[in-house]
Amino acid sequence: MTKRFAVGIFEDEDVLLHAVENIRAAGVKIYDVFSPYPVHGIDDALGIERSRLPIAAFFFGMTGLAFALWLQIYMLGFDWPMIIGGKPHIALPAFIPVAFELTVFFTCHGMAITFFTIQGLYPRPKVPVIDVRATDDKFVMAIELDETSSQFSRLTQLLRENGASEVNQKEMTNN
Amino acid sequence: MATLTHQESATAEQLVVTDGARKTFITIIVAGVVVLIIGILASLLGWGEEHHAAAGEAAGHLGASAGHGAGASVHHEGSPVWLKRLLVSLWHSNVFFLGVSTIGTVFMAINYVAYAGWSVLIKRISEALSAWVIPGAAIMLIVFLLGRHDIFHWTHEGIMDKGNPNYDAIIAGKSGFLNLPFYLIRTIIYLAIWAYFSYKLRQLSLAEDQLGGTVWFHKSINASALFLVLYAVTSSMSAWDWVMSVDTHWFSTMFGWYVFASWWVSGIAAIALTAIYLKQAGYLRALTSNHLHDLGKLMFGFSIFWTYVWFAQFMLIWYANLPEEAVYYNQRLGGFEGRYTGMFFFNLVINFVFPFLGLMTRDAKRQMIIMKIVCIAILIGHWSDFYLMLMPGTLKGENGFLIEIGVAAIFLGAFLILFTRRLASASLVPVNHPFLDESIHHTT
Repeated sequence: MTKRFAVGIFEDEDVLLHAVENIRAAGVKIYDVFSPYPVHGIDDALGIERSRLPIAAFFFGMTGLAFALWLQIYMLGFDWPMIIGGKPHIALPAFIPVAFELTVFFTCHGMAITFFTIQGLYPRPKVPVIDVRATDDKFVMAIELDETSSQFSRLTQLLRENGASEVNQKEMTNN
Repeated sequence: MATLTHQESATAEQLVVTDGARKTFITIIVAGVVVLIIGILASLLGWGEEHHAAAGEAAGHLGASAGHGAGASVHHEGSPVWLKRLLVSLWHSNVFFLGVSTIGTVFMAINYVAYAGWSVLIKRISEALSAWVIPGAAIMLIVFLLGRHDIFHWTHEGIMDKGNPNYDAIIAGKSGFLNLPFYLIRTIIYLAIWAYFSYKLRQLSLAEDQLGGTVWFHKSINASALFLVLYAVTSSMSAWDWVMSVDTHWFSTMFGWYVFASWWVSGIAAIALTAIYLKQAGYLRALTSNHLHDLGKLMFGFSIFWTYVWFAQFMLIWYANLPEEAVYYNQRLGGFEGRYTGMFFFNLVINFVFPFLGLMTRDAKRQMIIMKIVCIAILIGHWSDFYLMLMPGTLKGENGFLIEIGVAAIFLGAFLILFTRRLASASLVPVNHPFLDESIHHTT
């Protein structure tokens, strides 16, 4: 499926932030903004809802904790009981470091995998990039175009008024 | 110049301590005195035992209630129980409040050295916290000089002299470090360093308010860097001297960090709590939930840090199970008819489980009411943590709660009077701080 975008290039993050506010106030829906580094306040300006990733993280953590406790209790308590340092087979304080580590391990890997999956950042032959300069020194705003022909010129004017240094049209094929 | 928050001009704000607030502080002190007197009477009449049994602490020590109140001098000659408890709780509350007070300066120094901008709006609170350093230092020296025999086992007459009936070979082996002149010199050095840098950073900050310019900022960074190096050493050593040496035979290399973590997280809780109270009273207009969020993150993180240090100390001792180390936890977990056991687990719940679960979500850190509850819990929790560090080593099985809580309330009231006085003595917003604008527009 092919989508067409009006792509505004900005030189400065403050200009970009004000442009985001003004363009949204003018009733235009912004598809996304790309920047070389995280811009403070951009989420609020774009009206992006808070990520639910922390909720997923909590459950990944719980999974890790449960797995670590099961692992140690089962192995050292039932499958192959051993006496270590004169402690009981199931000696909880000794299990805490491993439980902590596996909780962190499951949380961070689970979060990273979830994030990459949701964002479509998995490896593939051709990666769709709106404008590669967003990885260097430019701030890029993409607005999705519909079928009306006059829309692009209106958006060009709007973006220019709000400080875009150039405006391009770009077709992206989503595969 | 950023962006989304509308421009607010940073104007000076002057705190006015109302008569109502002053009355509250006096009431806290009076209540403390009343509780203290009741506690002393209770101890004299020997019904202190039933009292904290009723308070629901340490379950299952019914057998203990008979002998203890009257049998004050079973192990030690020396002061009567009530006086001993009074001296120890003066020491206990003073170590806690002095530590929290110094954390004000430490927090500010760390923010200076890190070139942190977000914390500028709450800087005056951390400056004002250190108002207690000098009174606290004075109390510390007075209590040590008057009551050291009831607090520190190693100060006993003849304990380091061979042939004396009190002779203790282990303590005698530590005489190079734990002797009266060296101890006093060390204590005075710690207190002098803390008091000097608290004063110095405060003066630089006030000069900045009046004269402007960035020269004060750079001077503050230099002073802060020096202070942090000195504090790293003195906080650790003061923890050995003031807290660890009550269990004279015992030692732990984690202890300096453990005490510091306790002070540090309570200090941040005190700063956050004050910021919330000021905000709710209509001050600190530029303070937003973003600042609270950052304070909440610090409290959350350092509660976990405290637990980490606590557990690192516990687990190694538990695993190795060497008698000279394990005695510390034997006393706290089931020792003295189990009178510290309840407190031991309460300590972990209130200082780890509660802040951990309570501050886990983003929304919780941004809401004043939840932050307030957790701050108060952390402050109570770490006061209890110091209780657990000091009481089993000093009072053994003679501990209680009324005298201790009374003393703590008197300290709290006096602390608040000096704290608010210093808060009111300068603008709540450091108007000429170079990073003020960054703090006002802080977003997380």
